[in-house]
Amino acid sequence: MAASPSSLDALRAEIRAIERSAAPAAARPAVPFGLRAVDGRLAAGGLNPALHEAAAASLSAGDDAAATLFLAALAARFSRTGGQKGQVLWAMVRHDLFAPGLAQAGLTPDRLLCAQCRDDAELLAVMEEGVRHGSLAAVIGEVKRADMAATRRLQLAAEEGGTPAFLLRRWRRADAEPLAAPSAACTRWRIRCAPSSPLPFGIDPSEGLGRPRWRVGLVRQRGGPSYEWLLEAPDAEACFALPAAAGDGADRQSGAERRAA
Amino acid sequence: MERIARAERRGGRREAKAAPPLSTAQPDQLVPPPPHQEGKGIKPGHWRPGARWAREAVVRTRALRIAKHALVTWERSGNRDLIAAACPEARALGIVPGMTLAKARVLVRGLDVRPADRGGDAAWLDRLGLFAARRWTPRAAVSGPDGLWLDLTGVAHLFGGEEVLCRRILAFCRRLGFTARIAVAGSLGAAHALARFGGRPLLLCPEGSEADLLAPMPLAALRLEEEVLSAAHRLGLERIGELVAMPRAPLQRRFGETLLLRLDQALGRAPEPFEPIVPEEPPAVLLRFLEPIASAEAIAEASGEAVRRLVPLLTEAGLGVRRLVLLCERVDNAVQPVLVSLARATRDGAHLHKLLCAKIETIEPGFGIERLRLVAARVEPLAAQPIEGELAGQRPAPDLATLVDRLAARLGTRRVHRLGAVESDLPERSVRAVGPLDAPESWPHWPRPVRLLHPPEPVDKVMAPLPDGPPRRFVWRGRRYEVAAADGPERLYGEWWRHEREQAAVRDYFQVEDESGARFWLFRRGDGEDPATGDLGWHMHGLFA
Repeated sequence: MAASPSSLDALRAEIRAIERSAAPAAARPAVPFGLRAVDGRLAAGGLNPALHEAAAASLSAGDDAAATLFLAALAARFSRTGGQKGQVLWAMVRHDLFAPGLAQAGLTPDRLLCAQCRDDAELLAVMEEGVRHGSLAAVIGEVKRADMAATRRLQLAAEEGGTPAFLLRRWRRADAEPLAAPSAACTRWRIRCAPSSPLPFGIDPSEGLGRPRWRVGLVRQRGGPSYEWLLEAPDAEACFALPAAAGDGADRQSGAERRAA
Repeated sequence: MERIARAERRGGRREAKAAPPLSTAQPDQLVPPPPHQEGKGIKPGHWRPGARWAREAVVRTRALRIAKHALVTWERSGNRDLIAAACPEARALGIVPGMTLAKARVLVRGLDVRPADRGGDAAWLDRLGLFAARRWTPRAAVSGPDGLWLDLTGVAHLFGGEEVLCRRILAFCRRLGFTARIAVAGSLGAAHALARFGGRPLLLCPEGSEADLLAPMPLAALRLEEEVLSAAHRLGLERIGELVAMPRAPLQRRFGETLLLRLDQALGRAPEPFEPIVPEEPPAVLLRFLEPIASAEAIAEASGEAVRRLVPLLTEAGLGVRRLVLLCERVDNAVQPVLVSLARATRDGAHLHKLLCAKIETIEPGFGIERLRLVAARVEPLAAQPIEGELAGQRPAPDLATLVDRLAARLGTRRVHRLGAVESDLPERSVRAVGPLDAPESWPHWPRPVRLLHPPEPVDKVMAPLPDGPPRRFVWRGRRYEVAAADGPERLYGEWWRHEREQAAVRDYFQVEDESGARFWLFRRGDGEDPATGDLGWHMHGLFA
């Protein structure tokens, strides 16, 4: 006997309820990127208050900086929802962040709280404490390794606390891709630098720089397909943008065309 | 003029009496008088032997002395600056409190002159009094702007007698850098007079001989007002002994109540109120157990009980805790302390208990803990707290301070912080850690990288046009980069006020993008033209995104 659509819907709702049982009723809504091309591809229409991961596409330091700034801008977007001054906790082991650079991506110093940890295990515990507490807008952590159990724990804590957790996975060796490790994250992102377009008024191409561009790959998301965009780096209000020429229809192909052009 | 100054200095080094007259340096009319003589009524004019102003100048200069470490403090009184206090060296040079500052400066050159700080002095005296009340005697009080009264009744034998105790107090004051004088007498008034006018650092007055010792003292020793003193001076009354010998009724008629009251108080005939300093004890709770406890659960339960008892004490006193100490006194008399610091004053019992529980594992119970003492070691005034949450019954948003406390308990206080701006152009000096609950300033909007390499890493094989062209290609960490686009230079100058080496130093910063789109922050030492500004070495300082 074929199941009726209504009973299927009921079952789905039940499963969703089980999955979300731990989430409080007053959980914050998803925060969009503000770009139709991106939000339309995300299952939640934005980023849920859950665990999200990002990593550089290569071992190169430029990609690592791009991934850092990407997460900083996402956290700043959460911090700015509703016109408030939400606090962001940044847990780190190595101290090489440069706060003036973060301030230019919207994460101003009055929103940023730093916690210096001794190792990855302590860092994950600090992140969990942060997301469970509920007073923060977002928590960011930089790890070299975090196994499935740790990310699962963090994901549950983030959903329970209604606070997003962003995990920056940093490269350890050239042959160990960080996103190859399994994870319970809600979305996983891979960031790569892309050449910026030359300034229109420049005579010499070595004079002046355009807005930086990244190739932002959504490697995995819960309840949706993966995708890739070419985005322009966030401004001081933590707003991303699409490259002007490509418009809303930016995708892999048009990006490749633009690069070839 | 220079000759005059030198001559004066020479004269000043010898004894003032033997100072030679300034016959070698006669001021002639072309040379203006030295600045310290200006405004003292000396008019420039023709010099002739025996002129009155010239003689005066000589006399004045003879009195001029050079001070090396003479310290005086001054304060404004009406529209005059008066010397408030002078150190022994300054007193030896003839400066007395009450003199005008200008006169002291004329008399002695090279004085170390500082404004008087009455409030600071009083605060020090209060601290000293509080210390005395905790250490030496339960009854201590501040007397006037420069004294302390200590009631030694029943205490002296604990320290080995009055004299030993007084010597210890004197030695303590000397270690602190104070010159103190002590007098021990049977009444407050007598002790006050003997300490100030006795002329000895330690004066022990034998019982019953106050009257004899006080007799030769001036009347000022009796704590009298200025009018009474001047009236007595007019009548020829100078010593306390003369006063004692006089009939009382005329004295009272002429001087009023005060004089006789002070006299009687000094001689021990009239009582004098004494208001001792009461040292404030920090709010504390002591729990004693019938059986020693050792398990973590029991300690958690007991500390919870202690917190529950401490919170009402704090509420009553209107205080919040900044530092909480849990002292676990073991059976073997060892004490295991647990220390909790808070980012903001609080008396939230649940929060305090949680912080204490997180540290229970650091306690070594040994054979068991028989007493638990919870002390609010540092407290701050904390007014009534609003009820959290809203009327509609929404969940209250938790306070960030509680999270900071928990993270600080886990990581250490210094590891939780914010990053704030420092007014410095050099990137490595422009960031500092500030407190986790402060609101730091932001930086100006110059392009800055997101990761900073510290120290900057050298970059090899740079090809860049001089003097101000960006690099075209370079090798960093063994990899070769071709530059596709660049921006710069942004020139940063060394901070000459910090170090001599930075006086001429220049860094030219370039923001470059390689073919893959990665952006780097490079700088070159030197401006490319003047070798003094740098050696033209290239360095990688940061990474943009």
